[in-house]
Amino acid sequence: MTAVKRAADSLIIVIVLLLAWQALHQLVGATALPAPLPTLAYFGKFLPSGRFAENAWATLVCFFYALLLSYAIGLGIGIWMGLHRLSGAVGEPILISVYTLPKVTLYPVVLLIFGLSLSGRVTFGAMHGVLPVALLTMGAIRNIPPVYLKSARTLRLSQWQTIATVLFPATLPEVVAGLRIGFSLTLLGVLLAEMFAAKQGLGFLIINAMQLLQGEEMLTVAIVLFAFAALANALLLWIEHRLHRSP
Amino acid sequence: MGMTRVGWIRIAVLTIAIGLLELCCRVGFIDRRVLIPPSEMADALVQLLISGQFNDQIVRTFAIVIVAVLISVVLGFALGALIHALPRVRHALDPFFATYYAVPIFIFYPVLIVIFGLSAMPIVLMGVATAIVAMIIATLNGLDRIPRVLTKVARVHHMGTIATALLLKLPAAAPHLFTGVKLAVSYAFIGVIASEFILAPSGLGRVISDAYSDFNNRRMYALMLLLIIVATVVNMLLHVFDQRWAERRGIGKS
Repeated sequence: MTAVKRAADSLIIVIVLLLAWQALHQLVGATALPAPLPTLAYFGKFLPSGRFAENAWATLVCFFYALLLSYAIGLGIGIWMGLHRLSGAVGEPILISVYTLPKVTLYPVVLLIFGLSLSGRVTFGAMHGVLPVALLTMGAIRNIPPVYLKSARTLRLSQWQTIATVLFPATLPEVVAGLRIGFSLTLLGVLLAEMFAAKQGLGFLIINAMQLLQGEEMLTVAIVLFAFAALANALLLWIEHRLHRSP
Repeated sequence: MGMTRVGWIRIAVLTIAIGLLELCCRVGFIDRRVLIPPSEMADALVQLLISGQFNDQIVRTFAIVIVAVLISVVLGFALGALIHALPRVRHALDPFFATYYAVPIFIFYPVLIVIFGLSAMPIVLMGVATAIVAMIIATLNGLDRIPRVLTKVARVHHMGTIATALLLKLPAAAPHLFTGVKLAVSYAFIGVIASEFILAPSGLGRVISDAYSDFNNRRMYALMLLLIIVATVVNMLLHVFDQRWAERRGIGKS
């Protein structure tokens, strides 16, 4: 009953957003902002096209490698700084201040090192994702209640048993939260890299459509990316909530 | 209080890192076309600021950031208070708030450029778009955590609605509101710089991106250094302010 009501309320908000879109379209004209319906029609035509598939695949491949790097390096730094107190205390403020920097400004450095290549875009994506993964993993390990480790010692668990049966389950929910934020930011990094300098990928398609004043294509790509990010986030949030509930 | 041991180690680590970078550049281990020595970056920045060549661009960018922060904080607080007063709207909006920062909203920047043209307007709007939702969420959190007992106190003392809001509710919600302001500042900064960088008629991000295209590494690294210094100093000041405030509240409580 309440779930249905809540879904209905959310639907009303989607309708209000669509109406606002239509109103803005009336205000600024069709070249600047196409109406929702023509965009939807274009959506149906554009999604099956080879051009979309090609660029979406390029973005996906780049994103996959960047995510792999973010997670591997982020978890590595997080576990190290979580277990080694002194490194954590020294490094945490440095990581936090790098986290709040606008990393776009550093993209030219990446370009100067890697050139306009896949590895440059992958590196830039990973630069965005590494920090939240590292910071949340470190926090998760530091926040393990000492009584857990004491009971592990009382039970005479070996080091590996302690890691597998105590440390891993205790830190998992928070680590997954880090992986979720890392996912979103890595995607942002990859798209920014494609928007700034690339000849392929969905970020490039958006900028290209803007230069050609193709409003429908610009909005279609934006909505596809929006939906992808929102769905992935919802899935990871769902996993996170389940982990929090289970003992 | 003085510096702690950890603080000294941190400074040593950073100094050694910068020193190594300097050495690698000087020895030629790192190509000048890729990275210039940190000392040269600092030197280039000082000369650039003295020459005043880009002062108007620098002022322009920081002015846009300040405008975006002001709009986000004021409007975000007002919207947060409004949404807090309407529980049903709030429940409907919850999933949107949970998703907002997971979505790369920069993909809508080109849409704004097409609508408003290549001017300061889309950049201000991107700054607001990245910052305002953090302020709304912080306002909702702050208003949620106002103790019920304060409403009773107000009733006992026959205080009016405005007096209750200003004298009791606002101070109780203040720490959360400040968290919102802190996030709004750093998000607006990122939003504005990133927009200028991708596409803008002028501004600091644009100058850096032009310097990159012109292979002008001295200029590029000087302005990058400026951005990094400003961002770090502003974030540190907000952090220190936050900490002081928390300490004082802690003392007040005991």
